[in-house]
Amino acid sequence: MPTDRVQYKYREGNLALSEPNKLKPENLRSEEMIINLGPQHPSTHGVLRLEVLMDGEIVNEVVPHIGYLHRCFEKHAENLPYNQVIPFVDRLDYVAAMSNEHIYAMGVERMLGIENQIPKRVEYVRVLMAELNRIASHFIAIGTYGMDIGAFSPFFWLMRDREHILRLLEWASGARLLYNYIWIGGLFYDVPVGFEDRCREFVKYIKPKLKELETVLISNKIFIDRTANVGVLPLDLAVNAGVTGPILRASGLRFDLRRVDGYSVYPELDFDIPIGEGKMGQVGDCWDRTYVRYLELYESLKIVEQCLDKLMGEHTRTRDFDPQALVPKKIRPKAQDFYIRGEIPKGELGFFFRADGRSDIPFRCKCRSCSFVNLSVLPEISKGILVADLIAIIGSIDVVMGEVDR
Amino acid sequence: MTIDEIVSLLSDIVTADQIKIDRASTPHAIIVDKAKLTEVLQALQQNTSTYFDMLSCITGIDNGPQAGTMEVVYNLYSIPYNLHLMVKVIIPRENPVIDTVTHIWKSADWMEREVFDMYGIIFTNHPDLRRILMPADWEGYPLRKDYKHQEYYRDIKIEY
Repeated sequence: MPTDRVQYKYREGNLALSEPNKLKPENLRSEEMIINLGPQHPSTHGVLRLEVLMDGEIVNEVVPHIGYLHRCFEKHAENLPYNQVIPFVDRLDYVAAMSNEHIYAMGVERMLGIENQIPKRVEYVRVLMAELNRIASHFIAIGTYGMDIGAFSPFFWLMRDREHILRLLEWASGARLLYNYIWIGGLFYDVPVGFEDRCREFVKYIKPKLKELETVLISNKIFIDRTANVGVLPLDLAVNAGVTGPILRASGLRFDLRRVDGYSVYPELDFDIPIGEGKMGQVGDCWDRTYVRYLELYESLKIVEQCLDKLMGEHTRTRDFDPQALVPKKIRPKAQDFYIRGEIPKGELGFFFRADGRSDIPFRCKCRSCSFVNLSVLPEISKGILVADLIAIIGSIDVVMGEVDR
Repeated sequence: MTIDEIVSLLSDIVTADQIKIDRASTPHAIIVDKAKLTEVLQALQQNTSTYFDMLSCITGIDNGPQAGTMEVVYNLYSIPYNLHLMVKVIIPRENPVIDTVTHIWKSADWMEREVFDMYGIIFTNHPDLRRILMPADWEGYPLRKDYKHQEYYRDIKIEY
């Protein structure tokens, strides 16, 4: 083999762990041992590595190691114009890309001061897409969670139903997962002709399937036994640890940024905010978190239906409607610091911008990702539990590693 | 509650030259002297008329070698009062050291580790200050404006 093609030289230090263990073997008691879980493990939902200190079957301490999917989002964003960052934003929470785009576009529009000029039709299409994507994201959360703890068929059912959503979104945007559909100041394209009717068919189709899901998974005796009273997250800890989204609501606080901040057209829409009530165990256990996600599916369907009503009635498609009409040619916000936040399926997604007023490129673009913060509560709620419950807790937090590592 | 009222609540902790109001930011920001940071944040969290119980975001900013400063920005939110506040601290670029706020908010733990990882800002008294996203033996702090990435990492050529 020619030497110039050798890509990697062997050296002993090169094989050392890039993330060394935090716990040292010499500090352990004789009955304790360190088990490494992940990064390549199906129930860690991606490349999450957990260093677990165990005493027999009991978990004494969990140390998460992250960063295996780090793709330098913030460094990229500091080198690209605002509008070219959107494809990178897609890749944060890649199962709910529309929601990410919505928040990002909203933030830049507010910095430019054009948020009140956006046509209502554009806003309704954005919310419609974001909510469809929320349903798809919750399908993954519930489906893979069932699979984590041994229920296989709900996963296939939910993947089958999610496929319908992905096809709808593909029809609108041309891509199945990473859409680049919501642009700053508008949309890539108006929804295709007939899209609204197909959405209605989908809503009609999915409602009985959700009932089926409840019968087979949510109210299943085995599922309840595995998840009720497991991984209880008290509300004060949840707030102090910055947890947001369905996890915070499952702990009993009616807090949804769509309602609290009332951004986009959400104040005009009628929907409820489900919270955990401890029906099967304590408030804030794994079952509550799943049940809140399940109830949110119905709320999202309600929003989808209302958006469709508006899109077919008040804000119907017209021949001369151009969703790109307001897309700015040059995006140069005046010098300011700006923090925008919004609700994506996993919680509060925030962007911190610093614009210097002289260039089209953000001076600083920080992403406050909800999975990252939600995951940081894992060591707190997994002390003194069984290792099987640890898997149940990871699944119920519903992390997407693309968003944790950015 | 306006930003002026929030600042007046802090008048017995900081003197007038240790706190400045920045109205260009959204939400409005206060710029606090580094030495008073933890006291101010503790007061903001515990005062019953503000009660900033959630720390949303910690951002590090490098203003570049010419300016010679770095900034740490805290985004606070109060759930009961629906209040937003941005708190900024400016620190020197050489020897950037700041106190931790992990004893006030648990969410600060990983956020501060991320700022340390990307900017090399040392948070004193942090319980577990290690790199979080980059490998433990990575050289340099990637989000500094004068960052040059190393040519090889463990004999693997780094191409960008």
